Amino acid sequence: MNVGVLLKSGNMLICCGSGGVGKTTVAASLALAGAQAGLRSCVVTIDPARRLADALGLETLPNVAHRVPIDLDSSAEPGELWALMLDPKSTFDSLVARYAESPEQGERILDNRLYRNISGALSGTQEYMAAEKLYELAEEGRFDLLVVDTPPSRNALDFLEAPARLTKFLDNRLFRMVVMPARSYLRAVSMAAQAFVRTVAKVVGAEVVDDAVSFFQAFEGMEAGFRDRAEKVDELLGGPNTAFVLVASARKDTVAEALYFTTRLQEMGKKPQALVANRLHPRFGREGSESLSDLAAADRARAESLGENTPLGALYANLAEFRQVAEREEEVLNPLIARVAPAPVCRVPYLEGDVSDLDGLQRVAAVLMA
Amino acid sequence: MTRAGPVSPAQESRSGFWRQARVVIVIGKGGVGKTTVSAALARAASLAGMDALVVEIEGKGGLTSAFEHPDDLDYREVVLYAGDKSKGEGDVRGRTLRADEALIEYLEDHAMGRLSKRLLSAGAIDVVATAVPGIKDILVLGKVKQLEREHPADLIVLDAPASGHAISFLAGAGSLLDAVRSGPIRAQAQDVVNLLTDESRCQVLVVTLAEEMPVNEAAEVAAAVEDRVGAHLGPVVVNGVYPRRESLPLGVSADALAAEASIHLRPGEAEALDDAAQARRGRQHLQESHLERLSRLLPLPQVVLPFLFTASVGRAELEELARAMSAALETID
Repeated sequence: MNVGVLLKSGNMLICCGSGGVGKTTVAASLALAGAQAGLRSCVVTIDPARRLADALGLETLPNVAHRVPIDLDSSAEPGELWALMLDPKSTFDSLVARYAESPEQGERILDNRLYRNISGALSGTQEYMAAEKLYELAEEGRFDLLVVDTPPSRNALDFLEAPARLTKFLDNRLFRMVVMPARSYLRAVSMAAQAFVRTVAKVVGAEVVDDAVSFFQAFEGMEAGFRDRAEKVDELLGGPNTAFVLVASARKDTVAEALYFTTRLQEMGKKPQALVANRLHPRFGREGSESLSDLAAADRARAESLGENTPLGALYANLAEFRQVAEREEEVLNPLIARVAPAPVCRVPYLEGDVSDLDGLQRVAAVLMA
Repeated sequence: MTRAGPVSPAQESRSGFWRQARVVIVIGKGGVGKTTVSAALARAASLAGMDALVVEIEGKGGLTSAFEHPDDLDYREVVLYAGDKSKGEGDVRGRTLRADEALIEYLEDHAMGRLSKRLLSAGAIDVVATAVPGIKDILVLGKVKQLEREHPADLIVLDAPASGHAISFLAGAGSLLDAVRSGPIRAQAQDVVNLLTDESRCQVLVVTLAEEMPVNEAAEVAAAVEDRVGAHLGPVVVNGVYPRRESLPLGVSADALAAEASIHLRPGEAEALDDAAQARRGRQHLQESHLERLSRLLPLPQVVLPFLFTASVGRAELEELARAMSAALETID
């Protein structure tokens, strides 16, 4: 079984994993595989490495999908590969424009310093904007298959929790109280709030507080639209056509994070639908009945009896090292493989050289579909 | 309280790298082994007779598993490695320093403790942190400065956030100085800038891999550390480099060698031996070209750490890395 089952029209694949595991590469390869399967597929990415961005033609406008020229087998269904680089800031700007009650209200918000900091400083904003853009793309229905590479975050969970975090921020009770002192039923709390705000002003400066107050004033009346939207985004992420693809390398820390993410998904009634174990050491030799560790031990014994400084001994010592690391990697991955079962597991070997062009993506796509 | 004054006599007698700054900030892209390198550096310091404190900003448990320490780290210091005193080794201790905790601690110190706890749930802290980007980072680094002043260790190793965030993490204090005119936060930011830009107190180690993207990013991040943060760069640490196997034969097949030595190979064995040798040479060759490229892009001394073929780091692996690191640092003035 491979990830091919996920490449269906109407699906959205979300690639999750910790930084450095190769999420962007996997996402782009999945989209390419989708195109090869005859789908019009689009990879949505944030902050890709430069050469990969070049290969995908992402150097120009952010937030706009570009067609990536690929050679497809002419006998196959004509699929298309598109790529979009996400710009959280302009996604947020257009949301503000959409929900502002007047152009003036929109302007006031866009000019506010607190607002200008939000996309860079409020944790979860990038993640939310990724989700928001996905929602927009899903609504438009221009593409058969969407593959998203989640933003580099310490924790893939930020992506799922982002809509809630952002609405909570916009809904901020404290500042609402400061903004609306007229609502006297909240007066007692409001006094405490005012005291807090005064103290904050003393420490970080009055400008900061002024900015915050005018931001929430400017936002007045827009929260409902935002909340609605966030709920819809949430529904999309939890919907039946959204599949989570876990990407992990065979390292204890990335596996631990993937396990944690799986647990949280299960709490939400979802589960990962595929696991991509990326950048594994290759296994050499034929699959036999012997375990990798037995093979490695036999190779090591041979190397020692021949002497590691003899040519043949060095060959054995080297093979023993590769077999040992392949075995250890399998050991590290096992708990994760067991946890995501029966989801398909794709093992992508470390390819010679970095994957930074379409040929490289093609090789990864071939492994994913094997 | 001991002042962070001139170099102590004990520090003076140490060689090379260890005579330099007492705060070492370790940065690098996700997945390059930054936490492992932080752990190895701390253990290398302990081998050199120093007490080291590792401070984790985004604790993910990598540090405790490298030291095989049973519990997660928290805000209190714990001993991760008790050095062998008969060999003159120092201890390695560890703790976390999380932005939220630092912010609450700061608010408490500024008589806002009662309110800060209650209003944390109302999300007010988020508003403050968003209104003043970098405030949390400044408080975290301010705490590091306080640790340095209090002298809880001869070496403080700061395992910084992954590099996209590392520059904003380190540059925040400088930008805040431009934005905020007065008040306690400004004073704190000034102290942080003073620490970061004083090469006798602080240096930054960039960790990378001998691969295309990590090398490019290391060069970019190093330039940003110098230009945007004004901090001093220590050696660049290249993690996971395949050790050379000089005896690997070139141009002779396993079959031929076995025949020569009258050894009978099992079916498929010759192919496995040859393929593995080719993979090793290919990998070594590629890594060497990236190391060479790194030295052109980033003319700094390189500390090369070996790839260990184990897929996880525990005490045994850590020891090997720490010794490799000690040896490499010895050669740096």
